[in-house]
Amino acid sequence: MNLVSIARRNVFHRPLSTGLSVLLLAFGVGMISILLLVQRQLTEDFDRNIRDIDMVLGAKGSPLQLILANVYHVDVPTGNISLPAAEEVVAHPFVASGIPLAYGDNYRMHRIVGTEWTYPEHYGCTLVEGSRWAAPFEVVLGEAVARSTGLTLGDTFFSAHGLADETDVHGDKTFVVVGLLEGSGSVIDQLILTSVETIWAVHDHPGEVIDPADREITAMLLKKRNPMAILTLPRLLQDSNMQIALPSIELNRLTQQFGIGLQTIRAIALLIMVLSFVSVFIALFNSLRDRRYELALMRTMGGTPRALFTLIVTEGLWMTCMGIAAGLLLSRVGIAVLSSVVEDQFHYDWSQMGAASGEGVLVGLAFAVGLLAAAIPAVSVVKMDISRTLGAGR
Amino acid sequence: MRTPALGLTFEVMLDVKNLQFNYGGLAEANPVLSFPDFSVARGEEKLLLGDSGTGKTTLLHLIAGMLTPDQGHVMLAGEDFGRLQGAARDRFRGRHIGIVFQQAHFVQSLTVLENLQLPGLLTGEATDQVEAEALLRELGLGHKIHAAVSALSVGEQQRVSIARAVIHKPGLILADEPTSALDDGNAKAVVDLLRRQAAKAKSALLIVTHDNRLKARFDSRIELIAQ
Repeated sequence: MNLVSIARRNVFHRPLSTGLSVLLLAFGVGMISILLLVQRQLTEDFDRNIRDIDMVLGAKGSPLQLILANVYHVDVPTGNISLPAAEEVVAHPFVASGIPLAYGDNYRMHRIVGTEWTYPEHYGCTLVEGSRWAAPFEVVLGEAVARSTGLTLGDTFFSAHGLADETDVHGDKTFVVVGLLEGSGSVIDQLILTSVETIWAVHDHPGEVIDPADREITAMLLKKRNPMAILTLPRLLQDSNMQIALPSIELNRLTQQFGIGLQTIRAIALLIMVLSFVSVFIALFNSLRDRRYELALMRTMGGTPRALFTLIVTEGLWMTCMGIAAGLLLSRVGIAVLSSVVEDQFHYDWSQMGAASGEGVLVGLAFAVGLLAAAIPAVSVVKMDISRTLGAGR
Repeated sequence: MRTPALGLTFEVMLDVKNLQFNYGGLAEANPVLSFPDFSVARGEEKLLLGDSGTGKTTLLHLIAGMLTPDQGHVMLAGEDFGRLQGAARDRFRGRHIGIVFQQAHFVQSLTVLENLQLPGLLTGEATDQVEAEALLRELGLGHKIHAAVSALSVGEQQRVSIARAVIHKPGLILADEPTSALDDGNAKAVVDLLRRQAAKAKSALLIVTHDNRLKARFDSRIELIAQ
């Protein structure tokens, strides 16, 4: 038995008031911790998917939409652009390389993307089985697609028109799986890759002959050779039906916009945390009022003011530590629930549970304020007049 | 000032001289309280009698170092106890005095045994658990060793608080109205218990009371009169 264990016994001796304080603190810490985890996950995901894509060339429209559709594959494309015109941009001396992307169909909500082999290579994806696509209608599956659809080498399927709709099935065009990609943690995992020609072939009418100059793609991912490209190229495209969007800038704009929502949640979480500290404070203060005689008695038994101060502060810290631990646990459970919901909708992997960078500060801050909330009632115990408390002058 | 050397037994445990105390405020409401000189030797028993308003409790608190005298001194085990400051006074009190209060109070979250071990923990002199359990058995509380203190009857509570006051063999045992709430039978039992335990620990015993039932049972008495 020592002061720390007596403090623990005292705290558990009042389960209701302790429970309330711990619960409030757990919710405050838990909400902020969830925000930190989500923020980290978003930033990491976004960064991983941007990877060296300096610019995205696509049809005029919302530049943010262009980025979301073609880099993250979460929004619909802004429209199509002419392939020869896009190739002209790629040929510009300021541009190092370009990766074409063409959309049109999906299979069970997974987008079928017509592109070149440089696209998966760009994200460091390699084949685990089979080969690259060669003939039209041969496809290579991202890791998550293979997992969720159960398709494997040699399997065939029909695509549905559009990017997220399964009603209009192209029953006459059979896709065949020729390769499976390794998981990379990037958007590639969620995609069905094939040649650009395949996308064209799906939508061409039989017997129709199309001039190569009329061929269209959805977007071109560009890597710059010269920093001037960022200034020069948009101006060159001013009079065309194309635009160039910069992922880093659009992403900033996006985080600023949902940043307002995050700030609101953070403010609410901070408010809950303040409430929880008030609750720790009141819980201790109330319990001390009931225990004044008990504490004065400890003084008569040789307990120094410092020992009693330590006891009360330790009681506060027990509550604080339980609240912090419960909060961190709560945020992990919350993230686990969120990730099972979100992966289905947005094709992102949320399974990382490690400590986010801001959490150390959060725990430190919660601990410090818990200490303060306990120290104030503890000082009142130190100042207590034991003679009066034990009833002198009755 | 002499410091008590280890193992040295002082003939006089408690010595009170010229003691005066004033609660402050208006003179009519709080007159200066003066107390008679007296001393209690190790192994001696003394009764401090007085009706309400004679300053009994004030004197007890002065002796226990919970109040600081305006004048005079309280010598305890050779130390001018009343002049010790802060934590040193708390520690000295814890080591040398065991107090039995009128109403027994305990740390509610701890068991009977743990409450007995508390004084040792607070003074830094660990209490032997076997000894503590033996004491509880001796007081007929063997079945309540690990019980919650809230599960004790009033009589049992008073016995545990006596056990707590004597467990560390203090030089002085102070009892504040230990019998006022008890019937004749229980009052006698509690006083016997106090005397027996004090004798066993070779402590000085000072019982502060207005209970005239105890008068006949003690040879050595100090009577406080209203001032």
